[in-house]
Amino acid sequence: MHEKIFENYQPNDRSSLIPLLQDVQNIYGYLPENALRDISDFVGVPLSRVYGVATFYNQFRLTPLGKNIIRVCRGTACHVKNSANILYALENELKIKAGETTRDKQFTLEVVNCIGACSIAPVILVNEDYHGRITVKDIPKILKKYQTIKKTDKAEVTE
Amino acid sequence: MVQLTINGIKVNAEEGMTILDAAKSVGITIPTLCHMKNLIPTGACRICSVEVEGFKGLTPACAYPVSEGMVVETDSPRVRRARKTIVELLIENHPQDCLICVRNKNCELQDLSERYGVREHRYVGETKSHAIDISSASMERDPAKCILCGRCVRACHEVQKIGAIDFTKRGFASIVTTPYNKGLNVSDCILCGQCILVCPTAALREKSSVKEVAAALYDRKKYCIAQVAPAVRASIGEEYNMPLGTDVTGLIVTGLRRLGFKKVFDTNFAADLTIMEEASELINRIQNGGSLPMFTSCCPGWVRFAEMNYPEILDHISTCKSPHEMEGAVLKTYYARKMGIDPKDIFVVSIMPCTVKKYESARPELKENTLPDVDAVLTTRELVRFFKIAGIDFNDLPESEFDNPLGESTGAAAIFGTSGGVMEAALRTAYWKLTGKDLEKLEFEQIRGMDGVKEATVKINGMEINIAVVNGIGNVKQIIDEVVSGKSKHHFIEVMACPGGCINGGGQPIHQKPEKVMKRIKVLYQIDENAKHRKSYENESVKTLYREFLGEPNSHKAHEILHTEYFDKKKILRN
Repeated sequence: MHEKIFENYQPNDRSSLIPLLQDVQNIYGYLPENALRDISDFVGVPLSRVYGVATFYNQFRLTPLGKNIIRVCRGTACHVKNSANILYALENELKIKAGETTRDKQFTLEVVNCIGACSIAPVILVNEDYHGRITVKDIPKILKKYQTIKKTDKAEVTE
Repeated sequence: MVQLTINGIKVNAEEGMTILDAAKSVGITIPTLCHMKNLIPTGACRICSVEVEGFKGLTPACAYPVSEGMVVETDSPRVRRARKTIVELLIENHPQDCLICVRNKNCELQDLSERYGVREHRYVGETKSHAIDISSASMERDPAKCILCGRCVRACHEVQKIGAIDFTKRGFASIVTTPYNKGLNVSDCILCGQCILVCPTAALREKSSVKEVAAALYDRKKYCIAQVAPAVRASIGEEYNMPLGTDVTGLIVTGLRRLGFKKVFDTNFAADLTIMEEASELINRIQNGGSLPMFTSCCPGWVRFAEMNYPEILDHISTCKSPHEMEGAVLKTYYARKMGIDPKDIFVVSIMPCTVKKYESARPELKENTLPDVDAVLTTRELVRFFKIAGIDFNDLPESEFDNPLGESTGAAAIFGTSGGVMEAALRTAYWKLTGKDLEKLEFEQIRGMDGVKEATVKINGMEINIAVVNGIGNVKQIIDEVVSGKSKHHFIEVMACPGGCINGGGQPIHQKPEKVMKRIKVLYQIDENAKHRKSYENESVKTLYREFLGEPNSHKAHEILHTEYFDKKKILRN
């Protein structure tokens, strides 16, 4: 699926490493291992270096994203409003750490520095929806809302 | 030439020289960590910071070139304070277990801590924790002890051109590791151990077999036999403060006997045997149209490299086992029968300058009737540790001779330990095999020395044999590409994965100075020059072995015992 992207680049040119990684991520939403190997062969750089670059920049992901992306704001205003607890509660609830995706691929948990919604701090962003002034108690309810979507989705697929 | 002042001393330095080198030329040692001689400086660790008059901040001496009239202070209070802080920060994120560390008293971080008088913990905080990678049979990787100087990464990428490990992630999470943090055994790593030689701490180290060998020595049922590689005798003296380039063969033999080995044999015997087989194989290939060029097979790092990266050329690699495996195979067949010992009770320990040999000895195909040819491999460094445990005072040992019959060797075998040596030894025997005469001049100067690729043409009986010697796996690509594309004009190619050959192997004493390697090489050539016999075919014990047991070189029996096969291992990397 990603073989086509190489058509736009010259082989053995180290400077095309990052653009290639970006192209691959645009296709899959993350960087699969076999794609990294293909890039390594094409650019003529050891896999370890390709992996090093891919893990250095925050923009690259090595695991597929979940169906729902939860972004927890850890900016200053949210921090003052105890966003650390929100993050901790989410990690506990989802049984993953920030940056990870749940096993059932339903949720990815990310930390962001500020999403510009300080007036409703502490705030989390689930997909496109802002949830402001939340407390730890609200979290199961919020998650459940997106979980339900998951169940109906499943029903549709099985039909 | 430019003139500058360092610590009040007038220094004449060449243009383009770094402050570090200029200071060194007048006997001022500036500490370094990330610096590697002959490689472009990275200036990553800042431990070489010095004060330059007129500059606002401190300057890294390893990267900054000298200029006319420069005034440098390498040991001012400000410099000392800065260096001490760097050391303190490194230590606080480093396991404080020097007492039980394999590099205790041989650690650059420890030395720096001592030099800058670190006596308290000023920055207590979170420390990194990482699992130890024990996946490979040769090496261990302990990222918690890593101080991220990057020397291993550069040895792997820029010297060996393998690139198995690199910096990954960033900031506090930074770690030098393989792609996906997988085990070294399933990475591109060829286990050469060059990274161990440059590691300032114990983040990279060999997988020790000392315990296993000690257990075998105390097992009354076991008949323990040691064999010693040529390169070990030229380097182990360094660990006992002997002058560089001291030949300590006799002391090693005595030391091993005192450890409890029933017999101590010389891997050089098997090197002579290898030459008999390899030279015959080469002639056979040339005369009967086998795959050419033929590559040597003594270096298991090279073999692993070829298996993982160029499976299409495996039929070009000599099928000969490496010398210590041959020695083991002969011990468990011919010798066992001759001495009336059950091969099951024989425990063969190879003393090697090499980390890959550990992996090699565990290869499943290197076996005689389900018994491994070699049971355990100790590196030079491990032997030093073993002597220490046993309370053997190496410097005061009397000299003694190897046991026979598998201890006799010629000068040709001794030079196996250096780049070009296998080739030279093979040519001496090939010449004799083809012409029936002895070579007049035994030395092949063109293939000696530290060049990356050494080429020569040898005329034997009107036939021109083109040879090449690859010194360091980083130089092999061009030669292999020629072979793959069918353009190679060579007949015989020697490859040794470590720069300089086994003498600079990954199991040798830790060192930082390239000139040490040259001194060690000299020892081996000296042994060759002083030897009574300098051609493998003159080895009486080898002749006897053929007469009593193997028949002739490349016979069916010889193939069964002394030859092996190779496998495509590209898949390992692709899973």
